[in-house]
Amino acid sequence: MKYKSRLSLDLCFKYIFKATGLMVLALLGGILAMLVYNSFSFFLDVKPLDFITGMEWNPTANNPKYGMLPLILSTTLVTFGAMLIAIPLGIGTAAYIADYASPRVKNILKPTIEMLAAIPSVVIGFLGIVVVSPGIANMADLSNGLNALNGAILLAVMALPTIITVAEDAIHAVPKTYKEASYGVGATKWQTLRKVVIPAAAPGIIAAVMLGVGRAIGETMTVLMATGNASIIPSGFFDSVKTMTATIAIEMGEVPYQTTHYYALYALATVLFLMTLIANMLGEYFINRFRKYHAV
Amino acid sequence: MQFKSRALSSVIEWGSLLLSTGLVCFFLVVVIWEIASKGASVLSWEFLFAVPSEGMTQGGILTPIIGTVVLTLITALFAIPFGVCCAIYLHEYAEDNWLTRTIRASIRNLSGVPSIIYGLFGLALFVQAMEFGTSLLAAGLTLGLLSLPYIITTTEEALMRIPNSTREAALAVGATKFETIKDVVIPSAMSGILTGVVLTLSRAAGETAPILFTGAAFYINGSTGYINQEFMALPYHLYMLSTQHQSIDEVRPIAYGTALVLVIVVFLLNLTAFYIRYKYRKNEV
Amino acid sequence: MKSKLSAENLSISFGTKQVLKQINVSFQENEITALIGPSGCGKSTLLRSFNRMHDLSPDAKIEGAIKLEDLDLYSKAVPVTEIRKRIGMVFQKANPFPKSIYDNIAYGLRINNLPHDKSVIEKALREAFLWEEVKNDLKMPATRLSGGQQQRLCIARAVALRPEVILMDEPCSALDPVSTLKIEELISHLKTNYTIVIVTHNMQQAQRIADKTVFMYLGEVKEEGPTQQIFQNPHHEMTANYINGQFG
Repeated sequence: MKYKSRLSLDLCFKYIFKATGLMVLALLGGILAMLVYNSFSFFLDVKPLDFITGMEWNPTANNPKYGMLPLILSTTLVTFGAMLIAIPLGIGTAAYIADYASPRVKNILKPTIEMLAAIPSVVIGFLGIVVVSPGIANMADLSNGLNALNGAILLAVMALPTIITVAEDAIHAVPKTYKEASYGVGATKWQTLRKVVIPAAAPGIIAAVMLGVGRAIGETMTVLMATGNASIIPSGFFDSVKTMTATIAIEMGEVPYQTTHYYALYALATVLFLMTLIANMLGEYFINRFRKYHAV
Repeated sequence: MQFKSRALSSVIEWGSLLLSTGLVCFFLVVVIWEIASKGASVLSWEFLFAVPSEGMTQGGILTPIIGTVVLTLITALFAIPFGVCCAIYLHEYAEDNWLTRTIRASIRNLSGVPSIIYGLFGLALFVQAMEFGTSLLAAGLTLGLLSLPYIITTTEEALMRIPNSTREAALAVGATKFETIKDVVIPSAMSGILTGVVLTLSRAAGETAPILFTGAAFYINGSTGYINQEFMALPYHLYMLSTQHQSIDEVRPIAYGTALVLVIVVFLLNLTAFYIRYKYRKNEV
Repeated sequence: MKSKLSAENLSISFGTKQVLKQINVSFQENEITALIGPSGCGKSTLLRSFNRMHDLSPDAKIEGAIKLEDLDLYSKAVPVTEIRKRIGMVFQKANPFPKSIYDNIAYGLRINNLPHDKSVIEKALREAFLWEEVKNDLKMPATRLSGGQQQRLCIARAVALRPEVILMDEPCSALDPVSTLKIEELISHLKTNYTIVIVTHNMQQAQRIADKTVFMYLGEVKEEGPTQQIFQNPHHEMTANYINGQFG
């Protein structure tokens, strides 16, 4: 090939590569624009205050109600429950892998966690129906077990791999000298873990939890299949709940395009987007803090 | 005395960590055992290669298998070139300025966006604005967008592992930057890129939420796999059989079979990725 | 003898850090010149500026001129790929392409539109003293060669393009003594056809192979001259201290 054509090919691809980089910006921009535009259309019909503080979500009634409070509370309840399960299990497992497990056990545990992460959410949701639901119904003497507790258990399983991986990285990154100093003054392994290692890894562990929360809030299929989807304000873990993601998944398939109800689902998506964004940004903030702290 | 209580408490403490690890492993065992034990009896060549019949209470799952295969192909064809090019731009060309930082922040952001929101975006962009309708193409492109951040991130990590001296070797014999990337950098990073691609596609193949409103159908009669038409897909089929079908108890065995096939597909893809990674690490030494 | 390659008032800085200050140095045709000096003195930076490797760092600022005979290497009219074809480079760590032995040599020829049939490949491998060892395994991945063989392959790769100058950046620093001697022998042999500039940390190596030696310190050329004179009768006290191992 002649030098000139080689050079123009070089230049040409430079611009192609750059264009793909800009397209990524366009993608995020497009998602934001879609959310903002459709939410705006929604707020032309419904007052923002009614949306945010409304106690009832019933868009198909004769007098439609677009209060998102029951949905937000459902999402919050299920996520909170999931974290009650996943945080101790996740940190315990991470500490075990990072501090106790022999290299051989580690080589088994790490792929196990990756396998758990690889299972599609719809399969976890299916198990919620066939395993967890009858289990809850039996134990609590209910007619069925499709409720917030079921969703929380499944979301915990979904969030665990994220929490374990990030927390393990954080615990693993704690300098050895910290531990040696602690052993040097006669502390046991457990005291060292609790008083030295975990505090030193705290920002990383908080990051792990925040990323797990982001994952749980945005998860759709498991909660859609396992929580019963009743849009009432929940009063406890045995109540059936309808999360924000499940609401969008169920109702978007049924609404006519460009109606108030259709726009309402985008407004809901905007709130969902903001919630996951905050969780993920907090996660990133703590990860960076952890890195900076240990880079010294 | 104090020693004794110390020893006892250390056993309890150690046990609590072991217990949490055991529980996590137990979850995986439950998932696999439940699906494998109840799905295995349904699994047969006929199940894989017959179309659903009798209102999906009989027959196999050929239609959703074809749908998932074509869907994943479209995702790959869109997301791989796009994602790899973007990673090349970020790692090989971009200078550290506000634009690059914004692009990187966007990618981190996009990987945290819930999959249902990608579904909404696919609906608005591909189904409505571009008028593809609810179709394999619209759903495949939607999954492609969802996969993009992962492909970019894993490809960039693979590029990072290539030492600069490899690039200099090509430049020193008179190669242009593009030739260096095409002939030396990408071939060197190939196994790392492939690992990321396979893992991402295994995730995309199991996704349900993004295809809910972009083209997945309850039931398709007759031939399938056309990119301008609706389709059946394994994850959506499982969702539907377990929650939407009118005789749920009757189709439960088929649901177990579908779940087993889906899990096998995903695990096989993951094993492929492990294998590529393992081979690559071995060659590196 | 005429000067083949020269730097005139060359200053290079990265960001705010000045690495080379007003360098004036020239290299004669068919001679081996060694660049010596303590770590961080700028000898590698100088070497890499001769085939414009600093083009890769966006914050590099280059002032002054570098000339290949009368050609200004940094003038816009000269394509950088052409310069790199005429001025080859061998790096500190052997960096063969992830390709076969054959393709490692053929690649540079192919992209530069030069003939790349087997006789050309053979000639380059022979010149690098590698032909006899690999003639039956030309399709084997180059990464399976030993470290010393890989480095000779990299030399063959540079030689194949028939450059006028070959730059070597501590080519033996990662090798065992036996491989090092073999490569030194090869380098001495190559000077009949090429002008060679070599950066080295090894004083014995400089004395064994170099005709001229340039001593650099903190981004400046402190002393240059025939190798024998530099090592036996250095004019500069700092040069004497360095070659006697008082710092480095």
